[in-house]
Amino acid sequence: MSVVNKSIMQIQEISARYGDNLALDNISLNVREGEIVGLIGPNGAGKSTLIKVLSGVLRPSGGEVFIQGQSIISLTPAARARRIAVVPQARQLGGAFSVRQAVLLGRTAYLGFLGKPGQKDLQILDWAMKETAVDTLADRKLAEISGGEQQRVLLARALAQDARVLLLDEPTNHLDLKYQVSLLRLIRELVDKENLSVLMAMHDLNQVSGVVDRVALLVDGSLRCIGKPEQVLTPENIQDAYQTEVEAFLHPGSGKHYLFPKT
Amino acid sequence: MLLGAALVLSIALGAVTIPPGNALQILVSKFPGVEVDSIWPAYFETILWDLRLPHTILVALTGAALAGSGAAFQGLFRNPLADPYLIGVASGAGLGAIVIMSIPQAGRYLVPIGAFLGALGTIITVYQLAKVGKIVPLTTLILAGVAIGSFTSALTSFLMLISDQMVLQAMSFLLGGSTVTGWEPLAIALPYFTIGLALLTFSGHSLNVLQFGEEQARQLGLPVEKVKLFIIISASLTTAAAVSFSGVIGFIGLVVPHIIRILWGGDYRKLIPLSIIGGAITLLVSDILARIVMAPGYLPVGIVTALIGAPFFLWILRRAKKEVFW
Repeated sequence: MSVVNKSIMQIQEISARYGDNLALDNISLNVREGEIVGLIGPNGAGKSTLIKVLSGVLRPSGGEVFIQGQSIISLTPAARARRIAVVPQARQLGGAFSVRQAVLLGRTAYLGFLGKPGQKDLQILDWAMKETAVDTLADRKLAEISGGEQQRVLLARALAQDARVLLLDEPTNHLDLKYQVSLLRLIRELVDKENLSVLMAMHDLNQVSGVVDRVALLVDGSLRCIGKPEQVLTPENIQDAYQTEVEAFLHPGSGKHYLFPKT
Repeated sequence: MLLGAALVLSIALGAVTIPPGNALQILVSKFPGVEVDSIWPAYFETILWDLRLPHTILVALTGAALAGSGAAFQGLFRNPLADPYLIGVASGAGLGAIVIMSIPQAGRYLVPIGAFLGALGTIITVYQLAKVGKIVPLTTLILAGVAIGSFTSALTSFLMLISDQMVLQAMSFLLGGSTVTGWEPLAIALPYFTIGLALLTFSGHSLNVLQFGEEQARQLGLPVEKVKLFIIISASLTTAAAVSFSGVIGFIGLVVPHIIRILWGGDYRKLIPLSIIGGAITLLVSDILARIVMAPGYLPVGIVTALIGAPFFLWILRRAKKEVFW
């Protein structure tokens, strides 16, 4: 990206604790309009914790997060949900609901106490289901569809929140390769088309360079480095973070950067 | 339709059988300006109007309250076993009611207030005990509820044992024998039931969002702690009303919502009102059986709901071809 876009979310010196454990230590980073930031790091590095803090589930022990100029702590749950939407990992929750009902719950922050949708809510519902190609599953129960389809439903629900920032927690976990690739492609397309901003925790380092604009590497709750994939995904950084020796190559076809463990 | 039929049958049947046609005519004749030739014995009218009708309405409301609060608790805890008993609310209401009953000077009409205070006291205690930081995890809530429930039940039994003049009354109360008759107690009961049931009906959407877990509910923009408190208070109010006017009736709160779920799915905006109607029908039918089986005596309806309801539920469960999703 040659032009640096306006930043939409500013994470400033965030720390978070679970009891005496410091799970996040002084994290600062900005997310810009229209970019995907990949969040990588070994298990327990703090990726999910950061998503919890940003989505208002976990109160930070220090620091501030601003979204479109507002501190997230000062926002009501509904006001925050209109700005930041979360795509959790596909889990067996809400299995009794139809796809359509589940996606409609993305409008919760706009609906009244009784949850009765208006004309605009239904329009956005249809749009979100079409974009993610779950409109053909509308009346199926969540418990009856595959993991890949469930993940698209959760993405549709997040789109229905009509928020400028999406947080995704390892969305390709437990998915077949086909679903992994198509989901990441879909996310990239949506970001480009709607000028959304995405912060996405990721596990597979080789998927990272193909999809994201920037990568943030977390180790032990600290932000080790952030930058373009080829700047962050160096053998030295990976060795340091994962205690695994890797070699970095350029893919001959795409010119993308990828990693291979040394045997 | 079913509810209407159950209501009419409940008015008609009993130790003295009034033909359902006559029962309907008597009801119609009570409307102002309606003239119906009375071709029935005068005592029919007394039995029907002064005894059966208020009793029937109370039974319907009790069934509605138990099933409605059961559905709400199940949705709140995302646990198919949850019902007013699991988190101690029913036991707390029972204790509150028994305490009032054991004070000879206290009138019968203080019982619902005692039950509501008992239910509310229990749920506040349980809520505080279960609180970890600013959040109330469901697991600790259930554990605290079971512990407090056992404690209040033990206190209730203790109170019953030390005051022997009330053992019989309390015994029938604990078995779910509705001993309240007449219009006056019904008038006292009505506000508790209507407010509680209305609040429960309104919480369907919030319960739907909570089905995805508290974390996702919060991320979707639901003020989770406030909503949980709202649902807990509404369900406690309804439970207290049911317990104080009709005694401890098990089973309805657990099973009726499940049958509704099997038949009509898990959308709480439908599940709550349908459970309320289903609970009313189920308890009315059980109550009719309770009156017929041992006529002219009266079998505590709690015994009937358990004896007939349990096998019926298992039969439905076996017959349900599709899986029941949670």
